[in-house]
Amino acid sequence: MSHPLRGTTAIVGIGNTKRWNAPGRSPFDQLQEAAILAIEDCGLRMTDVDGLFCAMSTSGLPVLNVAERLGVRPRHADGTMVGGASFLFHLQSAMSALVNGLCDTALICYGSNQLTSGGKLASMPDPQPYEAPFKPRYPISSYALAAARHMHAYGTTRAQLADVAVAARDWARLNPDAFVRDPLTRDQVLASRMVSDPLTRADCCLVTDGGAAIVLTRADRARDLPRKPAFVLGTGVAVSHRQISAMPELATTCTVESGQRAYAMAGVGPKDIGHLMVYDAFTINTLLFLEDLGFCAKGEAGALVSSGAISPGGRLPVNTNGGGLSCNHPGMYGLFTLIESVQQLRGECGARQVDGVELSLAHANGGVLSSQATAILGTAATVRASA
Amino acid sequence: MAADPRFDGPGPDARYLQALGEGRLMLQHCDECASVRFPPALVCRRCGSPRSSWRVSPGAGTVYAATTVRDKAGDYNVSLVELEGGARMMSRVEDVAPHEVRIGQRVSARIVAGDEPFVVFTPADGASA
Repeated sequence: MSHPLRGTTAIVGIGNTKRWNAPGRSPFDQLQEAAILAIEDCGLRMTDVDGLFCAMSTSGLPVLNVAERLGVRPRHADGTMVGGASFLFHLQSAMSALVNGLCDTALICYGSNQLTSGGKLASMPDPQPYEAPFKPRYPISSYALAAARHMHAYGTTRAQLADVAVAARDWARLNPDAFVRDPLTRDQVLASRMVSDPLTRADCCLVTDGGAAIVLTRADRARDLPRKPAFVLGTGVAVSHRQISAMPELATTCTVESGQRAYAMAGVGPKDIGHLMVYDAFTINTLLFLEDLGFCAKGEAGALVSSGAISPGGRLPVNTNGGGLSCNHPGMYGLFTLIESVQQLRGECGARQVDGVELSLAHANGGVLSSQATAILGTAATVRASA
Repeated sequence: MAADPRFDGPGPDARYLQALGEGRLMLQHCDECASVRFPPALVCRRCGSPRSSWRVSPGAGTVYAATTVRDKAGDYNVSLVELEGGARMMSRVEDVAPHEVRIGQRVSARIVAGDEPFVVFTPADGASA
């Protein structure tokens, strides 16, 4: 018997400002523009929004700030902040709220001026006194420790990490909206400046500005709106720690849990997924999530990537917009994984379009591999298919 | 209404720091599953029990993961060190070049005194990576 939430809601509108370097715009400016684009995309009005979901690194009270600026009077709201995965946590919350009648039109939105505010990760008031004396670079040193552990446990190489960055760039070169589109080779990544071993500058995501938003409704209403709906077949979330020292096992993330939850709700498995977005804040992330989502055995993602499988023309298209590594990364990137999944399902991705995508998986990460959230989206045909 | 006396006195962070300031590395052992935790907390992350006991740590650890932070002022090590009972803490290994710190290396704790004392590690006597 299928899960009661499977296919009951859909993403009906998307907004992406594509303003990766936008001096003079505040995070709220980026967010508002994205929200307008998403609302217009689905043919509704901002006053229709009665469920508001947002998280920002630059505001401690994002729901209040955003509701005021958009003129939204929410009867349901959720400002859960778990880093870059927040928006996929919001997706699960919105789905439940919509199905239970707590709201009818849900808006999930985000904006950032990460690049033009100075290029540093806007620091949240969340001090870590047990880490501070040792001056880890935040967040890269935490990911570097996980990468070191993965290399130790499975023989993963820096060349395999580099191939993740190259695959992302090869996809970005097919995306006119990607921020960085210059050719990139494995040797260039390996020769890039080391920041926190084994991760170089080229193993790190971009620092950009940007804004993103999506609109969700219940499935019955979605069918009456102008855009081809992206039905939410399954979601799963998980949290395992805050500080990297408290992560149970550094080479395995709680994506194992979020992924299993999403697969169980959707009634599908990795072999059914035709397109995949994983939050690549660092190259090691892509390897960890490919393994923990079951696209290969533990420890084999490096070989999978180096085989060319995730690159354009490969058998498993991953991060087709260019990812956080090459398309955009405005502080918290999670919402952009969903937007690319929706666009692939709609078939509007031009040169990077994957043929015949019926099921797309979007996965987002937050903190230092701390929070994980997985969503499985599908076309109308996949909703009808028995789970 | 009286507060629950089990939680009287300083909280776990304060107790950890106070002991460290007195020259003792103290860790919490779970009374139910015997796992040892760090950072300090009221609940065992492994089994959920709120019952624990503070014990002095021998300070003998193993490097669980290591990175070299490249810095203009000089490269330095950041490590996760595993202590008895699975407790893991962020620290650094001193008295050895940063790039020579190895996963699996045996190390010994040393307390750095100060207003906010902390623990660093040095290679254990006679042990090699």
